[in-house]
Amino acid sequence: MITVLALHFVVAAVAPVLFRRFGRSAFYGLALVPAGAFIWLLFQHPAVYPGEQPGRLQEVIPWIPGLQLELAFRMDALAWVMSLLVLGVGALVLVYCARYFHKDDADLGGFGAQLLAFAGAMFGLVTADDLLLMFIFWELTTVLSYLLIGYARTRLSARRSALQALIVTTAGGLAMLVGLIMLGFTAGTYRISDILEKAPALVAGPAAGTVAAAVVLILVGAITKSALVPFHFWLPGAMAAPTPVSAYLHAAAMVKAGIYIVARLAPGFAETAFWLPLVLGLGLATMLVGGYRALRQTDIKLILAYGTVSQLGFLTMVVGLGTPDAALAGLAMLLAHGLFKATLFLVVGIIDHQAGTRDIAKLSGVFGSARALGIVAGIGAASMAGMPLLAGFVAKESVLEAFLHHLESDPGTPWPLIVLAGIVLGSVLTFAYSARFMWGAFATKPGVERTPFKPITPSFLAAPAILSALTLVYGVWPVAVDAWIQPYAALFTDGNDAGVSVAEAGHLALWHGLTPALGLTVLTFVLGGAMYFGRNWVSWMQERVPGWVDGDRAYQLTIGALDDVAVWVTGRTQRGSLYFYLAVILSVAVALPLSAMLLAGKPLPGGLYFIDPNSPLQLVIAVAIVIGAVAAVRANKRFLAVLMVSVTGYGIALMFALQGAPDLALTQMLVETIILVAFVLGMRSLPAELRDRTGGKYRLVRVIIGVAFGVTMIFVAIYAMGARVAAPVSLQFPELAYDGGGGLNIVNVTLVDIRVWDTFGEIAVLALAATGVASLIFIKGRGDRVRPARSQGAWEHSGAAVDASSRAGAALGLSRKFASATRDAWIVAGHTLAPERRSIIFEVVTRLLFHSMIVFSLYLLFAGHNLPGGGFAGGLVAGLALTIRYLAGGRFELREATPISAGKLLGAGLATAAASGVVPLLLGAEVFQTAILQFWLPVFGDVKFVTSTLFDIGVYTVVVGLVLDVLRSLGAEIDENVEANARQDGRIMLDETDSDEELTVHAQTPTGGGS
Amino acid sequence: MSINLTLLCVMGALYACGIYLLLERSLTRVLLGLMMMANATNLLLLTTGGYAGLAPLYDKSRAAGDYNDPLPQALILTSIVISFAVTSFMLGIIYRTWVLGRRDEIQIDLEDRKVARTPSFDAEDDAEIPLETSEFPLLPRDVPDNGETIKAGSGRMAVRDAVLEEKPGSKNVTPGPDGGLK
Repeated sequence: MITVLALHFVVAAVAPVLFRRFGRSAFYGLALVPAGAFIWLLFQHPAVYPGEQPGRLQEVIPWIPGLQLELAFRMDALAWVMSLLVLGVGALVLVYCARYFHKDDADLGGFGAQLLAFAGAMFGLVTADDLLLMFIFWELTTVLSYLLIGYARTRLSARRSALQALIVTTAGGLAMLVGLIMLGFTAGTYRISDILEKAPALVAGPAAGTVAAAVVLILVGAITKSALVPFHFWLPGAMAAPTPVSAYLHAAAMVKAGIYIVARLAPGFAETAFWLPLVLGLGLATMLVGGYRALRQTDIKLILAYGTVSQLGFLTMVVGLGTPDAALAGLAMLLAHGLFKATLFLVVGIIDHQAGTRDIAKLSGVFGSARALGIVAGIGAASMAGMPLLAGFVAKESVLEAFLHHLESDPGTPWPLIVLAGIVLGSVLTFAYSARFMWGAFATKPGVERTPFKPITPSFLAAPAILSALTLVYGVWPVAVDAWIQPYAALFTDGNDAGVSVAEAGHLALWHGLTPALGLTVLTFVLGGAMYFGRNWVSWMQERVPGWVDGDRAYQLTIGALDDVAVWVTGRTQRGSLYFYLAVILSVAVALPLSAMLLAGKPLPGGLYFIDPNSPLQLVIAVAIVIGAVAAVRANKRFLAVLMVSVTGYGIALMFALQGAPDLALTQMLVETIILVAFVLGMRSLPAELRDRTGGKYRLVRVIIGVAFGVTMIFVAIYAMGARVAAPVSLQFPELAYDGGGGLNIVNVTLVDIRVWDTFGEIAVLALAATGVASLIFIKGRGDRVRPARSQGAWEHSGAAVDASSRAGAALGLSRKFASATRDAWIVAGHTLAPERRSIIFEVVTRLLFHSMIVFSLYLLFAGHNLPGGGFAGGLVAGLALTIRYLAGGRFELREATPISAGKLLGAGLATAAASGVVPLLLGAEVFQTAILQFWLPVFGDVKFVTSTLFDIGVYTVVVGLVLDVLRSLGAEIDENVEANARQDGRIMLDETDSDEELTVHAQTPTGGGS
Repeated sequence: MSINLTLLCVMGALYACGIYLLLERSLTRVLLGLMMMANATNLLLLTTGGYAGLAPLYDKSRAAGDYNDPLPQALILTSIVISFAVTSFMLGIIYRTWVLGRRDEIQIDLEDRKVARTPSFDAEDDAEIPLETSEFPLLPRDVPDNGETIKAGSGRMAVRDAVLEEKPGSKNVTPGPDGGLK
């Protein structure tokens, strides 16, 4: 079974290729798959029906054992009969498609693939023996039906009805999923066959209420899928699908999925509390509504669609009744319906294809043009009406038989009688709309021009002809079908059917003798014929009846109301103001913990102190930090505010130092410094003033939220820390660090060894942020291409006249003299910076400092395992060295200083860190496992090398890359933008004033297009 | 358990100032608020380490409890560097906002405002569509090409093409939110 299933999906996956190669004839190739499966199925007959014992085929592959999810398939009588229908009709419809579509129709590949996959999904659905697996196939059919209905995606009607079908059936599917899980959970297994075996115990057991509710939810899924009232409207809407799709999905296969679920559960759960009212009530309502509305349609496809709705209601009632003879009749009817309804849909497709319309008012004299088609359709319609010698008659007889039995079961109440009367009335309507269909499609109507009708090729007619031939065979020789269904009917051992045992349950036969059922059939024919001949009177009546509640209209209103509610809620909550969102979030963050603490009313924990005996200086620094924070809030100059925040940052660095955290203090100091530089670089284009634009009435709210949040956090921290009971895990860290990590600096070993995954994640974030900064500034790419400074125009000596008499002018002249020095120093500022921007002292200091800092950074990196330092601190020091060099020498100097681009640094760093994790794995150890190597080197002597240092080197490289990216982006690139703007401004001014004086004023900007 | 109220009070003050700045319109102040909140959080982590202690550099003769707790320290170290990266990123955003809009402010999101004014009528859902009684309307070859055009949507198209438009998989129409023509 799994092979058959897989074959469907595999061929579906390659179908588009076939269609590209063979065009529409590829449908024949696709049809081979279900056709082959059909033949395989016939060969399985002995395995499924071995003599007296009900046999089965079973295949199980574990899938997710933890969720009890398995690929369990099981072929019993019900699955076998359903598979016959699904695969057989599937193959015929695919054959039919090869002539239905035109050679030049677009997207046939996708369409064919979906149709074949649908056949596979349907086969999976009926053979699945696991509730969840079945649900997966169930939803698969829903999604595929969405795609198939929406095939003509340029048509609004197709898109809309596809979506409607999707929404309705998935809504039901969701309810069903809940029901399936409830059922599986209660039963303790998701295997359908096991659940059905346990069913009597479940229904009578203590969890009966849960089981009943679960069954109702599952029925909701079945009702939506099988288009029962009140969800019937999607099926006529889905007629926007191409007709082969309607024939397959909406007559033979998908809508039968709901019936299948009912049939599958009926042997076990037909006696739960809400089963019969739901199944019989909704089924009957659907049968009558569908039949009534079918009589009003003028589109022959819609007549069939409403007819299908009606028949689905009928089928649900029969299959769901829960007695052996009803089960027999139900499956017989299901097969008969699949045969005749698929035939009729295919006939409608041919008429539409050849005549270009399906409108009753336009079709006339079709029978004269296509007699063979008329005969095929006639057999189908007669079977639908229940005429003798045909499948429909045999099935309907046994249905009436079953409900007559049901009458005897419960003589006290009028319900069985009402149901029977309803069925007879529904059959009368069925007869009437069958006749109406034949008349509308084929009759010659007075006053209507004879419809031009192209001749039909035999290959086009083959599929419906085979189906109607089967209808005939089934009708004349129902014994085979009877034998197929009997094992399923035997599952109903003790139905509520007044003691009719399995042995006495009926058999399908063409002639039962003169029974009450036959009488009812005759009555049906007489009344139905009367309705057909009095059709003018009937439609006159129907027009007089006020339009009752329309399911489609209700759906539109519901969806419209949902839209309105969504817009209203979105409009009220998503106001587009970040301030509003944050205020709401923060207020909740304050109110929830505060109220929890107040309600709990716990006393404050002990151990509170203000002055730490080990470092009383903290109090002083605390005051400084708070002053800095308040000043930062009140500052109205941009850089002042930044400086004040830095004060708090440096203060916290001191706090770290006092608390006993030299690593933190070092890192915090370095970071604060680099951030300060980054701020100055990034914000130099922005105005200096920092206006308080959110002033006024909101200020008080902000103060309240801020203070409340701060206070809440204090108390949250106190209570959280007071709640600690266990000894900190970090008490073991010192030993771990020394013995396992081979390092004395516990914090560093924690970072590169004990909690190395954490750090690995962090450096990944650093690389991301660095790339983000570069992308925000460079826009096009990371700007990693290195352009050598000297080849670039850089600063061009303008040689503009300098007013030598002024003091500044003299200085400028002097510095220009130095700038033209030919000696090649390693700071290239002389060539690239405007003289008035240079600071000789800074350049000299940089020359002194740079190399020392780099060496120091390497020292920090390697010493960090045992002393304060490490990859972070080392990388930051190296970054700081680069910063100094950039500030002294400008952007070209920065490029000179870094032969490797920032992107490569980040990548190399990440790669090194990752390698330090992967290599131990390759050597047979665990990920990121550390090895301690001791060896002797000349000069260094005995060396103890810990492999986690490699990881730290990766960290170092990433941090350098990050700082470099910040400098390149916020520094160099903005420099360039500013200069480019200035050049532009300068040019504009030149154009405007055309005066030499402007040159002197703008002497510090390079003139004359230096790029 | 020892709880250092000094550190916690500084933390509270930093949170309060940070939130106050965060609720500003000015992007720069929002960033400064975030930085202060990061500092406050680092202090919170530090407080969980208890009393000030020795720097966590291993010494065989010392008991594990003598050091200041190394675990929060490792977490803070991570946090410091991440905050640096995030701050740089925000600086990049501020600069870009300034370059694009010459404003250093958080703007009202106009798209959000538009959503609130969305009409409940949606053509895809609510437009009236005529009843179709055939999947095989006229084919292009049935329509003489006499240069006639019809009005379709906001433009005009040839009658021949209009016929094609209703064909499944038609190439001359790209279905868009407004069902637009090509």
